Amino acid sequence: MDKLKEIVEEQIRTDHPNFKSGDRVRVHVRVIEGEKERIQIFEGNVISIRGGGISKTFTVRKVSSGVGVERVFPFSSPKLAKIEVIREGKVRRAKLYYLRNLSGKAARIKDKNVR
Amino acid sequence: MPGMLAKKLGMTNIYSEDGRAFPVTVLEVGPCNVVAIKTKEKDGYEALQLGFGKKKEKHLSKPQIENYKKLKLTPSAYLREFKSFDISEYKIGDVITADIFEEDDVVKVSAKSKGKGFQGVMKRHGFAGGQRTHGQGDRERAPGSIGQSSYPSRVFKGMKMGGRTGHKRITTSGLKVVKVINEKNLVLVKGSVPGAINTIVEIKK
Repeated sequence: MDKLKEIVEEQIRTDHPNFKSGDRVRVHVRVIEGEKERIQIFEGNVISIRGGGISKTFTVRKVSSGVGVERVFPFSSPKLAKIEVIREGKVRRAKLYYLRNLSGKAARIKDKNVR
Repeated sequence: MPGMLAKKLGMTNIYSEDGRAFPVTVLEVGPCNVVAIKTKEKDGYEALQLGFGKKKEKHLSKPQIENYKKLKLTPSAYLREFKSFDISEYKIGDVITADIFEEDDVVKVSAKSKGKGFQGVMKRHGFAGGQRTHGQGDRERAPGSIGQSSYPSRVFKGMKMGGRTGHKRITTSGLKVVKVINEKNLVLVKGSVPGAINTIVEIKK
């Protein structure tokens, strides 16, 4: 079992900032187009974090021109160049799937640090 | 097609350099000792007998202890013969390590599968079961008819029915080697491998 951990541990990324469900993040994804590599940014709310260790993933939801878009990122994927936390949200549960049924003003998440 | 004995350590993910995730099974492969060499003249076939793991002397019979002493080897917990090694290249006492495998090799892995106990026909043979509706009371997992009527007035031998499932030798072929870590005697193959964790498996190229 320990040998199994050893293989995995060197691949787990520890360079990402801490973030929680409800936070607004900007994920910088490396995209390979033909020969070139460029960075694509996906900005949205973290609605779920699941798994642990190497298989930890998080789901980011944004509404793009009226259509909800969700992307699941493996936390330790080498394709993630950077994660920026823009805003910390105040939410009362870990999985924010209820946001899928809400739209417009109702789908906002309150800021954590507002008095 | 050389092969080796290995221990299944479990499954995990790894990422390739271009960021794709692979489900892998981690196998602790060898190191294996060459314990005996079977030759065409003496045994009628060619094979290497490989030993894997360690066994205490108190678990061996006296003739076995003497045999290992004569060969100057530590007693192996598991012995298995592997054909299709080139036996002229090996002598007794040689150590075979995981480096006989390379990345992108396609391998077969054989092992005893997990025992499932007494199972019905749906799990054991993949039967469809019965209808859930239309007045079906207790037929949901039933096998259906197992034969005809007055002729032949018996059930044919080999009819698929419920019974003990699993705990038999299963071979998974076409598994790709994703990574070989020779210093730690580890081989990572893509996909799943029969058996529980700590099962002794045979891996063949």
